[in-house]
Formats: sequence, structure tokens, C-alpha cells
Amino acid sequence: MAQKGIREYDAKRMMSQALPLFSQGRLQFEAKQVLIGPQTDIKQLAEENPWLKKEKLVAKPDQLFGKRGKNNLLFVNKSWSEVQKWIGERMNKTVTIFQTTGETTGRLTHFLVEKFVPHEEEYYIAITTHRDKDIIHFSTRGGVNIEEVWDSVVKMEVPILQDIEELDVKGFLPDGLGDKKDIIADFILVLYKMLVEYHFVYLELNPFTFVNGVPVALDAVAKVDDYASYQCAEYWGDLKFPSPFGLEKTPEEEKVDELDARTGASLKLTVLNPEGRVWNLVAGGGASVIYADTVVDLGYAGELANYGEYSGDPSTELTYGYTRVILDLMTRNKDPRGREKYLLIGGGIANFTDVAKTFTGIIQAITEYKEKLKAANVKIYVRRGGPNYKEGLKNMEDMGKRLGIPIEVYGPETHMTKIVAMALEARVGEK
Amino acid sequence: MKEYELFDRNTRAFLYGQQQRAAQRMLDFDYLCQREKPSVAGFITPTGGGYYKLFWGTREISVNRYVTLQEAIKANPDVDVLVNFASERSCAESTMEALQTENIRTIIMIAEGVPQRDVRKIAKLAKEKGKWIIGPATVGGLKPGSFKIGNAAGTVENIRDTRLYRPGSVGFVSVSGGLSNEGYNIVARNTDGIYEGYAVGGDVYPATTLIDHLLRYEANPRIKMMVALGEVGGKDEYEIVQAVKDKKITKPLVMWVTGTCAEMLPGGVQFGHAGAKADSSEDTAKAKNEALRKAGVIVPDSFEDYGEKIRITFEKLKAEGKIEEIEEPTPPRIPMDYAQAVAEGLVRKPTNFISTICDETGEIHNYCGVPIDRVIKEKYGIGGTIGLLWFKKVLPQYARDFIELVLQIVADHGPAVSGAHNTIVTARAGKNLIESIISGIVTIGPRFGGAVNGAAQHFSWGLENNLAPREFVDQMKKKNILIQGIGHRIHSIDNPDERCEIMMNFAKEKFPRHPLLDYALAVQDVTTKKKNTLILNVDGCIGVLFVDLLKSLQYSDDEIKEMIAMGFFNAFFILGRTMGFMGHYFDQIRLKTPLYRHPWDDILYNVPEKPEVVE
Repeated sequence: MAQKGIREYDAKRMMSQALPLFSQGRLQFEAKQVLIGPQTDIKQLAEENPWLKKEKLVAKPDQLFGKRGKNNLLFVNKSWSEVQKWIGERMNKTVTIFQTTGETTGRLTHFLVEKFVPHEEEYYIAITTHRDKDIIHFSTRGGVNIEEVWDSVVKMEVPILQDIEELDVKGFLPDGLGDKKDIIADFILVLYKMLVEYHFVYLELNPFTFVNGVPVALDAVAKVDDYASYQCAEYWGDLKFPSPFGLEKTPEEEKVDELDARTGASLKLTVLNPEGRVWNLVAGGGASVIYADTVVDLGYAGELANYGEYSGDPSTELTYGYTRVILDLMTRNKDPRGREKYLLIGGGIANFTDVAKTFTGIIQAITEYKEKLKAANVKIYVRRGGPNYKEGLKNMEDMGKRLGIPIEVYGPETHMTKIVAMALEARVGEK
Repeated sequence: MKEYELFDRNTRAFLYGQQQRAAQRMLDFDYLCQREKPSVAGFITPTGGGYYKLFWGTREISVNRYVTLQEAIKANPDVDVLVNFASERSCAESTMEALQTENIRTIIMIAEGVPQRDVRKIAKLAKEKGKWIIGPATVGGLKPGSFKIGNAAGTVENIRDTRLYRPGSVGFVSVSGGLSNEGYNIVARNTDGIYEGYAVGGDVYPATTLIDHLLRYEANPRIKMMVALGEVGGKDEYEIVQAVKDKKITKPLVMWVTGTCAEMLPGGVQFGHAGAKADSSEDTAKAKNEALRKAGVIVPDSFEDYGEKIRITFEKLKAEGKIEEIEEPTPPRIPMDYAQAVAEGLVRKPTNFISTICDETGEIHNYCGVPIDRVIKEKYGIGGTIGLLWFKKVLPQYARDFIELVLQIVADHGPAVSGAHNTIVTARAGKNLIESIISGIVTIGPRFGGAVNGAAQHFSWGLENNLAPREFVDQMKKKNILIQGIGHRIHSIDNPDERCEIMMNFAKEKFPRHPLLDYALAVQDVTTKKKNTLILNVDGCIGVLFVDLLKSLQYSDDEIKEMIAMGFFNAFFILGRTMGFMGHYFDQIRLKTPLYRHPWDDILYNVPEKPEVVE
């Protein structure tokens, strides 16, 4: 799904390979770091990385959020035993962090431990990517909230079709860098080459400093274009994309991710409110958003149970598997007030997806869950068009009759999201 | 063709990839629009040239395949569109190649998952060259009456229902490909129809954005109003806001940005499209809809009244006399595809073939109803597999073992027998495996190996007619028939053939009953009195024991006769001995033996001095 944040650990791991590679060895970056997760064998880790016991260390959560110092989650210039204790006290703990975008609550699961680097200078560099160009941002006043000193940031644009070698990187750097100007220009050039070749879409080092005249990144924030995972398989190595902090996946969401990874078809699920009574089983990335919108627009945001979609002509087996996950979730509990639940099997008019075929998998799953669906008082609404839709809709109708589950079925002559209003208004009527 | 038009009724395209179904949908659209020529000029298929057969109405036509784009362009210099179905791994490269050509002006990138940096380069280069890209991650779009991209707008039925075979007055553009067809449907139900409609694709950086197409529509006097469907994420919609403010867009525009629910959901939810994620408050659907509304765009309150807003806007234009009446053409009928008709239960036809032993049409192939994975897991073995495919039965273990025993015993009998000899001679003539073993197999028959069937037949006849062994021998003698399966060159009653002993002992131990073996042994008692090598030989043993096996498996005498008649018993010999033939073939090839020539001194030349003359 395109732009994905990666861990600081992975960003630094990649830099340690890429910097020597793209500078013909002029720039070295030794990433003395380890990543500690809930399953990490600490003893073995220390054996494999003897420097942990010798050096002074820095420890911090590595879960795609910043402002760790301000949130008291930065542990600097400590020994290995102190670090172990510090992490031990925080691992798997739920915390609320404060960022410029607001508060987020989540579980701490991954910590980066790296060698402590005593330093004075703190520089800022960030490379952003845009439609027509990339922009390199640089400031001598790194290490702080850069927005506060935005006047100090100089920018250089690299047009998308331009080779950075043809541009004057040194020329855009501010005065007063003295003898460091050459090496900073070189560092920027090499980082940019890495950004391009590694298909990064964002890279920020805030700050980086110098140790013995060599630039060293103290922090790194990066996002990559996961569409390039095929081209970058060797460069990226074993790269996993963590969920954003506070959005850890549920087992059901992970199950759908597994199904999704199996084929070229697309299957997505985000559980929003397992107690919600409106469950969407919608075909298409575009249509699925509109169904969720409509539930919210009609004033029932609190009842919206999930966001999800299936598309790209998934096989019967995949739609069956996907539907089961949703039916399982929605039939676990009855509504405490005994009200109806709604399964919206929606979608636009398909271009080439065989509607009858995808419905076959859905019908299989519903048949399997018929008793549970009845017990949970579920009513089904269907709206769909496209190849073989008549057959598909008829099969749905027949299924409803056969299983004795209330179902209403509509085709292209009915506005796509009409079934949302039908379902929710029915509910209003009952009240 | 004007600068603001991408296609007309003569536009022809290449399709990159083996996309016969998409091509057929394009041709059906063409036919419905009564175009003169099919819009698919050829396929670019790097794996090979040749042609594909497609339908043009009721008639079949062939459309050429080309290995390279260059080759295709050379043969079709009028083509200026490439519909690129290459996978996300190679789509950028083939698009770049097409961009560099003189001829190709418009490229549609279908694949989802093309790296952003590649698309950004392509988009920029295309703009510099004055070319058009639609996509990536799109189904394309269409210009009613003129040209349809690939699978856009779905089935012929849908195209008919939404009158997409003739132009209306509305320019439509959406982000989502999946929703574009829904968009055409909504527009068709509320206006006089689509003039042009495209989906730019749900990526973060679609190569052309909504505004690019809206500006084309603005420039096109045939388009009277515009309808657009945006999405949460990115800032592309603000260009529309700016264009409306700058009066670059003046025609009525009805637009809705989807994803208004995003704010209600926990941060960071990624919708189905890569681009559908708000990274700042400006990216949200709510902010975009608000900005558009402020600028003067007609924005509904929710998707629910999108169609209604479109209808009102169109009716207003009509009332103002800005819409010309459309003369409705009658589109020709397009025959339904046979497969479709079958799926809908509209036609039936008698089959020409029938198979009752296996089925490869399901998820996993099966042998007589047993899926192959179960055949392996449940250890059917060779004997059990033959049971399924030849007998159509799950055989008991002793029957499977007996079959395997026979196959091993008959696998080879040295290089001198006629089948092996032929195989060797053919192999030495430089022929391949299949030719060599065929020349061996063709010798199997009544004289070589065929005694199995014969023996089964002869002894069965004797037993069935209740002939005492002596009587049987006498009657055969009287009829001047040699009893098949009796007699051996070396082995005798005192020096039994070990192979026969093994089979007989197996049968005596494992078969529930073995009446024909008992009968044959009684006959042997008679014949060996005459000469002690007139014993039941290997062929005879196999023949009678298979009859006993079949009887144990509850086959009736008539069924057994039918099986003998169709060469069922020889089949075990053919199957087993083929292993030997193959061995001889490989042996000869490994040894690099030269062409065989039979020595003169082994041939009696007995030619008359001159031939008889026929008057």
C-alpha cells in the first residue's frame, strides 16, 4: 500500500550498507545497534554483540513515533544492565504519547539500543518527495523541533528528471560550515542517491553529527514505497513494516493480511468497533470507502464496525476465507439490547470481476454460519452490478430463502449506497 | 483530432500482454458503436508472435501478435495508443519505451503497484512530450461511440444499459477504477450520458490527475458539464479549487470527494487505495469538499445525493437550451459468448466426448473420484492407481500387490525378444525415445506377449464348458489350436520357472479362490505327460491368475470376456515391458551405439534369376 514507515533500526541498517556503496567507500556508517522485541533472547543478543557490555548506550522505543525525549522515553548514556532494566520495565506496557498531531495510546513492543555518541554539533537533514521533484532540507540547528527554527532551513529542489550530480549541492548549503561544507555536501549527495535507489519516499536525520570528521545519524525517520519491494528485495533485506503506533493489528486483521498476501487480489480489513452493528463486506477500494462514509454521514459512526474491501477478482476460496473472518467477528456477541445487526454486501458495478463467482465464496461462508447469524439477529443487504450479477443476486436471494435469513437484494438500478439507508432506517423504525 | 481529444472513431491501439478477453470487450464495444475498424491493431507479447482469434460481431477475425513494440509500430504506423497490461514489475519499463516512440501518444498503465518514482518520471516526461498517460492502477475508461480501454465499463449488457455506445454531454473523471463504472451508471441515469469518462487510478501519484482531464473537458465544446469523484489523501483536488477560482474551469462541475468517514476513524487507517490516506488536515475529504464548495463547485452533502445533484445540474442546462437532443442510434446485436450463455443456462449442446475414469476440471485432479493428493497420502501405489483408472475400483491390497508383482516380472526379458530388439535397432538409427519404444510396442500381439490374453481365453473356455482337462486338450488339438500359455523353451516340470512359482504361491496364499489356476494346473498335468516342458508358462500364469483375480473381485464371466476381448490382460504386459524398452533405449544412447546393419551372412539370399513375367 505504497508509502510505509520503517523502523529507525532498519533505516540505519540500510544506511550502513548504502553510504559506502554510493560513495565508493568514501563515507562509512557503522550502525552499532540492536532491536529488542518482546521475543528477543536478551542473553543471546549480548553474546552476539559484545559491544553492548562495553559501550555506553542509548535506548528508545522504535515504533514509528517521534518526540521520544519529550515523552520521557529516551534513556541516554547508560550501561547495558541499566538499559535492560529500563526496557524490562516498559516492554508490553501501554502508554500514551504526545505528538504535534495529538495523543496516541499504544503498547511498547520494540526498542532500539545503540552506542551512545557524545557530540556537540547537531545538524538537520530531510528529503521529501513530491510529484515533480524531491526537496532536500538542511539546517545547522538540528536536534530540536525543527518547526521552531524553520527559518534556519535551506532547501534544494531536485527535479524528478534531473540527475543530482548535475546540481550544485555545495552551493545551496549555508555559509559558516567551514571545512565541513565539502563532507556535508558529499553526505547529502550520497543520502539522496540512497533515497532514489532504495525507493525511499521520506528520509529525515534529526539530528546528525560528526564523530572524528565523519557524519553519524543520531536519529532517522524514513518511509519507503512498498511497491518497490520487488526491485529492492536485496537492498532492503529482511524488512518488516510495523503498524503505526496505537494501531496494532488484531489477530483477525492479521489473518486477512495473510489472505491478501497470497494472491494478486486485494483483501483488507480494519476492525473499528467490534460492538458496532453495521458490518461492511464491500467489493472495491473506492466503493468500500463510500459505504463507510455513508454510514458516518447518516449519523451512525458509532455503529460502524469495520472498514474493509475485497477486489481484483479474488478466487472463491479467498472470498470464502475473507467472509468467514467477518462473520466470525460479527456473530461473537449478540447486541446487548437485542437489536438487529446488518451485513452490507455492497459494491459498485464491477468492470471485470465475476460477481456470481465471488458471491459463491460469500454464500458458502454464510451457509456455514447460518445458525450463528440467526442467533446474532443479522439481516443482510446486497447491492452489486457487473459481469454475471443477475446470477449472483439470484443466488443470494435463494440462499436467504433456503437458510431462513432475512435478506434484501438490489442491482445497478438502485443507488449504490441506498442499502445503507435502508438498513439504518429500518432500525430507526424499530425504536 | 483536436488537442483536447484522446480518441476518436478511428483510434486504434496496441495491447501489451496476452489480453484476449480485454481485447474482445474492446471489439464488442467497437461493434456496438458501429466503428468501421476494430480498435485493437495488435498485441505486444514478448513471449512470441503469431496471432489471436477474436470476434467482430458474429465473424471471427485474427489479430496479430508482435514480439516488440517497434515491430508493431512498423506494421501499423497509424496506431497512437498503447493499453499497457504489463505487470507492475515491468509496466514502467514498457511505458517508458512507448513514451520514447514518435507514434504512441496515449498510454494507459493498468497495473497496480508500479513504484512511485518510476511513475513520477513517466508523468513528467509525458507532459514534456505532450503525451497522455492514464493510470497506473486503473481500469482505464472510454469515449462512447469511439474507443474503450480494455475492461472498462464491464459487460456488453452494461454498456447497452448505460448507453455508452454513443456520446452524451457529460465529461466524467474519477480516481477509482472500480467506481468509474458506477459513475457512468449514475451519470447515465441522470443525464443524456457520458461524452468521455476515465479513472486516473488510486495511487499516490497518478500520472495524470483529475484536473488534467477536467481542463480537457473544459476545452471541448461538445462537453456541457463535468462530473468528478475524488478521494481522501493528497492535494490534487486543490488544483481544481484553484482552476475554478482562476476561471480556468467555467462549466458546471459536480464533484464529491469520498473518505469523509476518515476523521471518525482512528488515525492511520489506510483505505484500499494507496493514495487514500490523509497525512494532514488539508488532505481530508471534508476539507476538500468544503474548499470545492466554496470555490463554486456543486458538491453534494453525501454520496447519497450525488446523482440528484447531477440530475439537477443537467436539467438546468437543458432548460437553458444548452443541451442538444441526441438522435438515438440503434446499436446492433452482439451475440452472447457461448461460455456466457452456458453460465446463464440459455443454451445446451450434446458433448462429443465422455470420460468416466478421471476429471481434471476441479480444484485438484482426480482418478475416478479420488483426488490425486489422497491417492498419494493413502498409498494407493501403482497397483491402486491402476485399480482406479483401469478397473474404476478401489482394489483390495492383495490385488494391488499382485498387479505390481506382475509388472515387475514382465518388465524385461532381455535384448533378443522382438520388442526389445526393435527398440534397440530404432534407437541405433538415431530416432528418439518415443519413436524407439513405439517400434518395440508394436510387436506386442498374438505372438509376442499376447499369450496372456490367449491363455485367459482358452482356459476360461475349458472351465466354462466343464471340459475335463484331458477333454480340453483333445478338443483344442482337434480344432488344431495351440493352447496359449503352455510350454517353455527351457523350463520343465522338473525345473520349474521361478517366476511362475512366485505368482502361483502368491495367489494360493492371498486370493480368496483360484479355480482357473487349479484348472490350468490340471491341464498342465496332462500336457507334461506328453512332454515335460509343456508347462504353464509366465504368460499362461498371468492370464489365468488375472481371471481368478477378476472373479475374486466379483466380475461376472461376461464382463471378464469383454475385458479379455479389449486386450485388458495384454495391457499389463505392455505397461510392464515398456519399462524394459525404455531401459534398452537409454542403454543404447549412453553407449553411443552406431546404426545397426544386419550381416549378410545371416541372411539367406534366395532370389530367382529372373522374375516371373505376367502376360
